Amino acid sequence: MSARDEILGRIRAALRDVPATETPADIAVDRPAPAAASPADVDTFVERVADYRARVVRCTPDELAAHIAAECTGRVLVPADLPTELWPAGAVPDHALPVTELDDVDAVLTTAALGIAETGTIVLDHDPGQGRRAATLVPDRHVCIVRADQVVPDVPSAIAKLDPTRPQTWISGPSATSDIELDRVEGVHGPRNLVVLLLG
Amino acid sequence: MSRTFLGTPAFPEAARSALANTQLRRNLAHATSTIRAKRAAVVGEVAEWERLRRAGAALKDRTLRHLDTYLQQLEESLTRAGATVHWARDAAEANRIVVDVARRHGTDEVVKVKSMVTAEIGLNDALAAAGITAWETDLAELIVQLGDDLPSHILVPAIHRNRSEVREIFLREMGRYGRPAPADLSDVPAELAAAARAHLREKFLRSRVAVSGANFAVAETGTLAVVESEGNGRMCLTLPEVLISVVGIEKLVPTWADLEVFLQLLPRSSTGERMNPYTSLWTGVTPGDGPQEVHVVLLDNGRTQVLADEVGRQALRCIRCSACLNVCPVYERTGGHSYGSVYPGPIGAILTPMLRGVGADAQVDSLPYASSLCGACFEVCPVRIDIPEVLVHLRAEVVDSHRGHPSAQNAAMAAAAWTLGDARRTSVAERVACAVGKLLRRTRRRAPGGRATLGALPGPAARWADARDVPIPAPESFRAWWARTDGGRTEQQ
Repeated sequence: MSARDEILGRIRAALRDVPATETPADIAVDRPAPAAASPADVDTFVERVADYRARVVRCTPDELAAHIAAECTGRVLVPADLPTELWPAGAVPDHALPVTELDDVDAVLTTAALGIAETGTIVLDHDPGQGRRAATLVPDRHVCIVRADQVVPDVPSAIAKLDPTRPQTWISGPSATSDIELDRVEGVHGPRNLVVLLLG
Repeated sequence: MSRTFLGTPAFPEAARSALANTQLRRNLAHATSTIRAKRAAVVGEVAEWERLRRAGAALKDRTLRHLDTYLQQLEESLTRAGATVHWARDAAEANRIVVDVARRHGTDEVVKVKSMVTAEIGLNDALAAAGITAWETDLAELIVQLGDDLPSHILVPAIHRNRSEVREIFLREMGRYGRPAPADLSDVPAELAAAARAHLREKFLRSRVAVSGANFAVAETGTLAVVESEGNGRMCLTLPEVLISVVGIEKLVPTWADLEVFLQLLPRSSTGERMNPYTSLWTGVTPGDGPQEVHVVLLDNGRTQVLADEVGRQALRCIRCSACLNVCPVYERTGGHSYGSVYPGPIGAILTPMLRGVGADAQVDSLPYASSLCGACFEVCPVRIDIPEVLVHLRAEVVDSHRGHPSAQNAAMAAAAWTLGDARRTSVAERVACAVGKLLRRTRRRAPGGRATLGALPGPAARWADARDVPIPAPESFRAWWARTDGGRTEQQ
């Protein structure tokens, strides 16, 4: 018998007490509903991202270029499909660069899929403008543009908006560890600096 | 680097030597009190926490009661998304699958994301036997691996080490396996983390095969989730060409939407954060992004045995947050090594005996007793596993499995059953006890509160009385008093 059939057989034998007529829907799940969007969400988002010791800069569309220039110095990786008007002076477009070259840039600039206010989380689903997963991982500084209208109140609202067939990276502050005496230290393998440019 | 828990003595003995280690107790008390306070603060922020816990428990029950259906659905969605699905009955079969894939790619090293399940199956040793080195990339796992040590906590395996011990391990060992630690390394945690970053980066950039576990596997979509802090997980899940994920069959959740419950419960219970720094979600193969060959190994290894236990089944809801360890008064004092298992603490005390079966190994059989049944673990569990209930249930199973074997306890219990099973025998025993009590009362000391106690007991009872005050029998039994006073009616006030 294949391992698959044997394991499925063991499971059915183990569940003999479950009535044959029971369906998954018979087990009621009562969960809190997603929070309603509120104008305060953006403030909460800003405060909670900053709580993780990430830098948050709020700006208007007119100020964006200046802030990109200020935050993105040196050689800056950009997804090749990031709108060119956002590219900083030292932009290095990512045309499937080998990972060792990703390790050589000073920063990476991307957009995001959405932001979660309650947890101060940025979600990338690696659509155009957000780069492939390695691009926002290997460089030591990640500058991420989030529009205010992309901020949702909580985790359930985010899950409802996201497409599970896309790979996703949920980012809450810079890379961190609490592995030594449970003392939180920012900066291990992922970007040690996270800058969020909040637009609008 | 191949130490195992084999040969750990039964819990009481292992605990006794752990209790004598004052450094360990200091490290643990500091770490667990820190994390308890953080957890309490972020859980307190969630108005509907209890409703969320109940939702988490119900979703896991729904999955477990229909596990065969959901596993087949997961297999289908994974295959559709371009992943290769393997099934493994036990540790040996899972290890063989991983070794075969690694061999096929001609690699002599793999990078690993911290994963409880690969520790459970002893994957690193199996890879080593095949000439393949497994590099642990989580900071705490790296400390354990370099220190030739054993993990002692689910979330923070090196919780028993303090910063100066970590510094010594890094200085001594890093150079043997790659980039050495800087000679002037201090014991500041940020500097230690930077040394790990530099040491592991070359391994991340060159490795072609990675091994991970998964925190969740979504049956509906085939999505796997890994929740982490450092970015080592993202490195392993993204940079290599080949990714092998070993997933226990209890890790399933039915739908994508169900993740919303667990992604709220887990980080707050585990690291005491609103959200952990990084969560990676991937569904099979994404062309042009990440590993282009994705394997998923679905592992039983005793889980169906746990599923068959109607009381113990709830242990399979566990999402490995480790909140129960951090609040446990026993864990806080003895540390994780005393449990002699990859899964320490309260959850380990129920999971290990059920995965391995009771009645065969004295060490395993000692685990359900490694608890005062105070219930703190149940209170913090994000999926409401009633650990005390399962502990008591397993104690009964341990006793049942030893029935018929002569022991002092069995003899005492049999004698008690014979005496108490008959009113006449019981009253004779009471009269004897009361007479002895009267005699002893003249000579013995009093415990705090004024209760008269016996000091030591002779023979096999000595160990029992070691940690307990044995009361001196009352001068008159309740039944004798009732008969003498007509139920209190004729008693002199």
